[in-house]
Amino acid sequence: MRERPIGQLPRSVVVLFVLALALQIGVGLARPQPQARAEDLPAPPSAAGLRLAALGEPAALAKVLMLYLQAFDYRAGTRVPYRDLDYDRLIGWLERILELDPPGQYPLMQASRLYAEVPDPAKTRQMLDFVYREYLKDPNRRWPWLAHATVLAKHQLKDLELALKYAQALQDHTTTPDAPLWARQMVPFILEDMNELEAAKVLIGGLIASGQVKDERDLRLLQRRLEGIEERLRAEAGAK
Amino acid sequence: MDRRFHANDIDAGELEMIRVIGPVARSTLLEARRSRILWLVAAMALASLGLAGFLGQVAIIESTEVQVAVVAAVLRGCAVFLTAAFVAIAMVREFNDKVFELMLAGPWPRGVYLLGKFVGFSTTALVLAVLLSLPLAALVPAARLWPWTLSLACELVIVAAMSLFCVITFTHVVAALATVLGFYLLGRSIAAIQVMAAAAEASTRWTDRAADWLVAAVAVLLPRFDLMTRADWLLGAFPGPAALASVLGQTAVYTLLLVAAAQFDLHRQNF
Repeated sequence: MRERPIGQLPRSVVVLFVLALALQIGVGLARPQPQARAEDLPAPPSAAGLRLAALGEPAALAKVLMLYLQAFDYRAGTRVPYRDLDYDRLIGWLERILELDPPGQYPLMQASRLYAEVPDPAKTRQMLDFVYREYLKDPNRRWPWLAHATVLAKHQLKDLELALKYAQALQDHTTTPDAPLWARQMVPFILEDMNELEAAKVLIGGLIASGQVKDERDLRLLQRRLEGIEERLRAEAGAK
Repeated sequence: MDRRFHANDIDAGELEMIRVIGPVARSTLLEARRSRILWLVAAMALASLGLAGFLGQVAIIESTEVQVAVVAAVLRGCAVFLTAAFVAIAMVREFNDKVFELMLAGPWPRGVYLLGKFVGFSTTALVLAVLLSLPLAALVPAARLWPWTLSLACELVIVAAMSLFCVITFTHVVAALATVLGFYLLGRSIAAIQVMAAAAEASTRWTDRAADWLVAAVAVLLPRFDLMTRADWLLGAFPGPAALASVLGQTAVYTLLLVAAAQFDLHRQNF
């Protein structure tokens, strides 16, 4: 079907269309931008309700929900993100999303790398505890997030007991060869930080002797660490 | 059609042309009545009452709230689909039967025929909105129901106008219907998409910035269906005059845009 050139159209038709378009653009620009404020985050729906809403595509719904959830209380560059979020509700949402899509890594990545890194120790602990609980359900897939949680517990919260608990869990439950040695063997280094030098020495010595460490650089690093511990032990003994 | 509009009477004036709109609109309404759409509406109303009964049985708490929210959402979806399908199929039938070309050959501007069809379709949409609200009258008081019905009528008028525009542009049922339903879903979800896009606004990559701009531009050009015909209005959150005025204003502006766009496209086409 051939079309007439716009120049041949009645002027009133063109003018009406342009005016109507301008009016809609004006209305659209005047509308307030939708925002996901922290207080707008509702309680998560039930898992059964979400499965029903997914219409047989739970993984797809989980991805979309995750993208939607991360927008709450986030305004880059304007203020501290996630500060005002209700973490009980947030964790409820993350749990539901993981139930919909258990292999999905996004919720735990968000939990350990974004929601746990807020300047509020109580919220950080809450989120780290969530990561720990979820890690135990699938250690070989979710170890990276507990490893990050261990680092946060040690350096951000300065809670070495908590870091040790997470490191111990990583050591006990992670069996996949995909997990690097440092992730599975954080216990001796945390013990060293806790001044449990004897225990750290035994563990590092055992690690070197076990032959699990194949990389030359890693071996040298462990050896240096062991020597450092032994030196500290000698110094302590001398002081006594 | 009325014999007063013979070619010799072209100078009968605009008043005579406006009188064409009435018969065209009436014939559209007649078609709606004869296409057994009312039977379909009755079946949907009965099915929704059955659904309400089922939900009332299985819900442990807030059974009325569950019934109202689910039935309202189902009725809203059905009303939108029925309206879009009726407009698309009725117009395509006119194309196939050459009624469309016959009407364009008449001594009146194309816009008069278009307005006649729009008045007929939007009146059908209003009737559908009222009829499909009736099952909810058994569940919620009239004071809560009327804003919802009014908003549903507005929403259906926009859908009817959009369907008319799409079917004139595509002249095929599938293409027109798919576009209208896509438009409707996008209108329902654009606010959520905007919120998600805003969460990534720290990115400086040009592709991300372009995507943000595209989302913002689409949002400006779409009606906010998510702010219309909300089920929570039926559950006690009365929308208030400002929200209702916004619904009416948005409907007027967007319908004007769609009818103007349809008229623009209709004038561009050579038959």
